[in-house]
Amino acid sequence: MAYSVTTQTPASRIAAIAGVILISLLIALPFFAGRGTIQDMFFILTMLVLAQFWNLLAGYGGLVSIGQQAFVGTGAYALFGVVILWGVDPVPAIFCAGIAALVIAVPTAFFAFRLNGAYFAIGTWVIAEVVRLLVAQWKMLGGGTGTSLPRDATRDMWFIESIESTLGLRSAAARDVLAYWLALVLALATIGGIYWLLRTRRGLALAAVRDNTEAAKSVGVDAGRMKWIVFLTSAFGTGLAGGLIYMQKARISPDAAFSVTDWTAYVIFIVVIGGIGTIEGPIIGVLVFFALQTLLADFGSWYLMTLGVLAVVVMLVAPRGLWGLLSEQTGLHLFPIRRRLTGGKLASSEE
Amino acid sequence: MSILSLKSVSKSFGALTVTDDASFDVLQGQALGIIGPNGAGKSTLFNLITGNVRADGGSIHFEGRDVTRASAMERCLIGIGRSFQIPQPFEKLTVYENLLVAATHGRNLSEAIVRDDCADILERTELIRRANVPAGRLSLLERKRLELARAMATQPKLLLLDEIAGGLTEGECQALIRTIKDIHARGVTIIWIEHVLHALTSVVERLLVLDFGKVIGLGDPEEIMASREVQEIYLGIEV
Repeated sequence: MAYSVTTQTPASRIAAIAGVILISLLIALPFFAGRGTIQDMFFILTMLVLAQFWNLLAGYGGLVSIGQQAFVGTGAYALFGVVILWGVDPVPAIFCAGIAALVIAVPTAFFAFRLNGAYFAIGTWVIAEVVRLLVAQWKMLGGGTGTSLPRDATRDMWFIESIESTLGLRSAAARDVLAYWLALVLALATIGGIYWLLRTRRGLALAAVRDNTEAAKSVGVDAGRMKWIVFLTSAFGTGLAGGLIYMQKARISPDAAFSVTDWTAYVIFIVVIGGIGTIEGPIIGVLVFFALQTLLADFGSWYLMTLGVLAVVVMLVAPRGLWGLLSEQTGLHLFPIRRRLTGGKLASSEE
Repeated sequence: MSILSLKSVSKSFGALTVTDDASFDVLQGQALGIIGPNGAGKSTLFNLITGNVRADGGSIHFEGRDVTRASAMERCLIGIGRSFQIPQPFEKLTVYENLLVAATHGRNLSEAIVRDDCADILERTELIRRANVPAGRLSLLERKRLELARAMATQPKLLLLDEIAGGLTEGECQALIRTIKDIHARGVTIIWIEHVLHALTSVVERLLVLDFGKVIGLGDPEEIMASREVQEIYLGIEV
């Protein structure tokens, strides 16, 4: 009997069907949910995108960056820049946000790749601070105090008019719906794209580099190129998310857009709690994070302390996160990437 | 015809010279054994040949091509495969996926094309039943076999084995020797560093002795083993 390879598991087939139903529900959500729910979902989806890209970097690429706010901020400012200075519509401007982050990522990688481990992490943070300080000098976009998107730009955005008439909403609510749908598209494209990458031979190479760089090079893997691919992809996606987040906020300042707490610390929390190195982990993590934030919103700094304590406990008890714990107990994989060899001499008795 | 040629290759780590003016040729299809005491610079010599460490001086030619400055990845692509002394598996990947990385990247082919080759190598190295187990869960013998299997998956013309028999029982060692003989019989040139001398001499046709980074003997295994220097090094006999 010949050999064959499969990645599917019975659970993954059920998950795929459930996924299609869930996606349909999410697409239809603005037709029956209120504005508050839409804003919450927008927050969850954009944080999920940031978490998936940080996970790609750290969990698969072994590149622990604490400077992702550089790309959120750069993307956000690029969006404001092209909208305010060139009169570009905010929706296509999101794409410019991704490109701008990509452009910043090239020199960032050039410097940061000379560093390893903890030095790399600190290096990325320093670079993010440098970018923040530079952007704060940009007087045309409000310097250190920031600026807002012009009213007519947000009112006349692409798709806004049809959303207003279809759903019978006012301009501000319609903007939230638009932002939500764009966030949904971005989140699905991110998860789909990362899943696709991991199933190609590049994904194998990425895992090999993460597990053992020297051995990976010795079997013909271009480890340097893999790092570049992962870093630039993450920067682009993080920039897109940054642009989208600030398109929805319509108000920006350097301190908010380059916040290490909002765009990196929370994101790391989400990935670590959920389970690093898995696609499922950040999804679980973002839900836990949102629940905690909602429950503890009124407790001020107790909220941050609780997050910290919880992160420490999870790291001690379940170093591979909640999803890691669950999939270890049950063998469950919703996004299976493991290539299982079957048939041949494995047909009779499988271990 | 020589497949590998080293000319005056040297390497120092700080004040310590680990490879001292090493020159030798390995012929196409030959099996060369390398012996020497601990710290003689055997593994460094391997790292210089595979590109994991760069030479300070001298030149290395593979199939007539100067590869002195080529990276480890480039040398793998042109046909130099290796195993590591301390097994370096991709721990979170399965045994099959470990081979898949090597075969798809080392030979630049798609996963579907190399599937049967990888399964065949797993059968020959007696790892097939462990194909879907994460490499991190393997025993020492299995890790050694995986080192060999993964190197084979890149389809090397020259295969470097670094102490692959160390720590194995006699029975396990015999099985490993059979596998290596089988690879050699298929025309692959082999360079093998080994302390388990009877395993080494049952396969190799030539023997190289390294001491303090210097090549102090190269030739027929029996003659080399009988020579005065080797006796001194291995048995501590003052001659």
